[in-house]
Amino acid sequence: MFSFIARRIGTILLTMLCLTLVVFFLVNLEPNLKKLAISQTEMHTPADQLESWLVNHGYRQNFFVRYGQWLGVLPKHPITDPATGKTTQRFSFCNDPAEPQFSGVLQGDFGCSTKFKTTVAAKLFPALGATGLLMFWVLAVMVPISLLIGILAGMREGSRTDRVLSVASIASTATPEYVSGVIFTVIFASWLGWLNGSAASASQGITFYNFTLPVITLAIYGIGYIARMTRASMVEVMTQQYIRTARLKGLSFSSVVIKHALRNALIAPFTVIMLQFPWLLTGVVIVEVMFRYQGFGYTLVEAAGNNDIDLLLGCSLVSVFIVLITQLISDVGYAFLNPRIRVQ
Amino acid sequence: MQTEYISAFNVVIGVLWRFWPVWVGLILVMGASFTYKKRLGLYGQLFDSGVGIAGVFICLFWLFTAIFASTISPFDPLAQVSVMKDTLPGAIEPASKLVYYFGGDKLARDVFSRMVYGSQIVLIIAPAATGFALMVGITLGLPAGYYGGKIDTFLSFLANLVLAFPVILLFYLLVTPGIMDTPIPYGMAGLFFLFPIIFFCVLFWTRYKNRPDRLYILLGITLVLGGWIYTGLVFDKDPLRIVHIDPNQLNIFVAVVFASSPGVFRIVRGLTMDIKTRDYVAAAQTRGESPWYIMLWEILPNARGPLIVDACLRIGYTTILLGTLGYFGLGLAPESPDWGTAIKDASRLLRSFIHPALPPTIALMSFVLGLNLLADSLREQSMKD
Repeated sequence: MFSFIARRIGTILLTMLCLTLVVFFLVNLEPNLKKLAISQTEMHTPADQLESWLVNHGYRQNFFVRYGQWLGVLPKHPITDPATGKTTQRFSFCNDPAEPQFSGVLQGDFGCSTKFKTTVAAKLFPALGATGLLMFWVLAVMVPISLLIGILAGMREGSRTDRVLSVASIASTATPEYVSGVIFTVIFASWLGWLNGSAASASQGITFYNFTLPVITLAIYGIGYIARMTRASMVEVMTQQYIRTARLKGLSFSSVVIKHALRNALIAPFTVIMLQFPWLLTGVVIVEVMFRYQGFGYTLVEAAGNNDIDLLLGCSLVSVFIVLITQLISDVGYAFLNPRIRVQ
Repeated sequence: MQTEYISAFNVVIGVLWRFWPVWVGLILVMGASFTYKKRLGLYGQLFDSGVGIAGVFICLFWLFTAIFASTISPFDPLAQVSVMKDTLPGAIEPASKLVYYFGGDKLARDVFSRMVYGSQIVLIIAPAATGFALMVGITLGLPAGYYGGKIDTFLSFLANLVLAFPVILLFYLLVTPGIMDTPIPYGMAGLFFLFPIIFFCVLFWTRYKNRPDRLYILLGITLVLGGWIYTGLVFDKDPLRIVHIDPNQLNIFVAVVFASSPGVFRIVRGLTMDIKTRDYVAAAQTRGESPWYIMLWEILPNARGPLIVDACLRIGYTTILLGTLGYFGLGLAPESPDWGTAIKDASRLLRSFIHPALPPTIALMSFVLGLNLLADSLREQSMKD
């Protein structure tokens, strides 16, 4: 078991290394660097000054050297004035080192956000906190509802309840966030006026009024999927011999479902719920942009739109980490819940 | 000047009337399918359940809408008639006396025509991208599942690498305007579009290698057709000027194929690992068939059920991805009538006008719903066998 987890963590680290290298390559393409230089200098800067800005800020060093600096295996260099030999910080707004030193991800320094004029850590972690809050409420809504729908539908396969709920859950999987967001806003904000169509004020404090729309918009897409998986698992369990035995013993249908079927039927949905996190990440980006909620997704879009290299790398590191760690938890948890499975 | 409106009832009648080529097409196809459903195999079985009929109906509806878009839509999707800015549904355009059935958007374009033309973009890119993703996934998934070992470890690692990317980040990195100045999209297109050619060549080679009369014809057709489309798509140098794709559409296409082929790869790999333990595979091995013959002619046909279902779901998912791209304004031109871009434009102005937002959202939702219903019904039918 421990060697399994250790090997998986090794794979995770290797994957993160490869992915950040790919992201690093893509954000450092020539057009992207140009875009960064233009946004960081004043308007109408001539091309040679853009170039000297890039050289000064170290963007013209060798690709692998800069990746090593970001990673923290090579020292970061400050700007050196060739005439006087005096060194200045690369980015004064986030305490960059004034002398060469190792300061990368391995040392806990995620770098410097050029868009928000602050350190990546100062921007990223509050945003992650905000998104964590959103995620918590989404899961708190999504998981109970979808399990309930799945169990009710799978309890009696082919019944009217089953067919109605199945079609409803298919419909919900066909509704991406940007569609359900628009429809909910039209109904609840424009038409009924019950809820706020913007969650911008949620950063100060969440209320039912400003937080419900993002939460249900994000939850609805996942509900259908989890419900269908729960239904399939429930249908399978209900055909097992031990369920028939329990029924023949004279137990009531409800107690068979609750005591015998439920525990076995909930193993598969657990995996599905854990694997929903990657999808939720994409949904979070759409929902946060749509409802103007200042979280991780909003930060990611801002970073990508402005080619904020360090912030974008930080974002990808975090999201890749979340995706891989939830996969690991789902595998280990599955083996834990279902003793017939042995991890190798 | 006051804009004149027609009543809500007339809007409904008018919209239904505009779709007349679609109704004719639907009646013909559905009627023929019902009559001959016994002889149509899996497709015919779809008509046994309400869910299946609904799925086929919705998919065919959008298919015919895309085909007859120019007949259905009263206006050019990009034309701006400044009088009609932000008009409500049912407004009459003064010059031509035609009706803006679903009103005008903030740039005074007809929402109805834009919705109809949007279906064309979706129905071309989504199935085609899914097709290429299937080709890539199958060509790589079969050997990974069949041979196992080092090939499997390597390819699975690559697939997991792509799957670990949040889709949206991938798109922001791959579908930026800047990247079209670099050779990356063309290189990726060159790689992905090679897979169908390889696939079909190997397919025919393994089957007919002892029958040169057939083999050379089939290989020739594959290479000529494939090469023609390949030069048209990747280099944009089609000598006949028929196959052509805009650079930004190529970019979207490549990104979508890139994002969805690892999913196909995983499914094909899993199915292959399951099927290769069957007796008929062992029989083929004993006969001394080559590994690629076994993969393509023994394993693949027996994996078709789950793959067809997955392809249906995947077209729907690709539609959602295209909408996401449009919603973030990535890749597609800002005035393009596709549904995602329309939703983006309209959702910013929901406080003042809601009518431009609803047609594209409902269109996208219904199309994906149709595909999902179709997939669900197919799955049910294939389980019965």
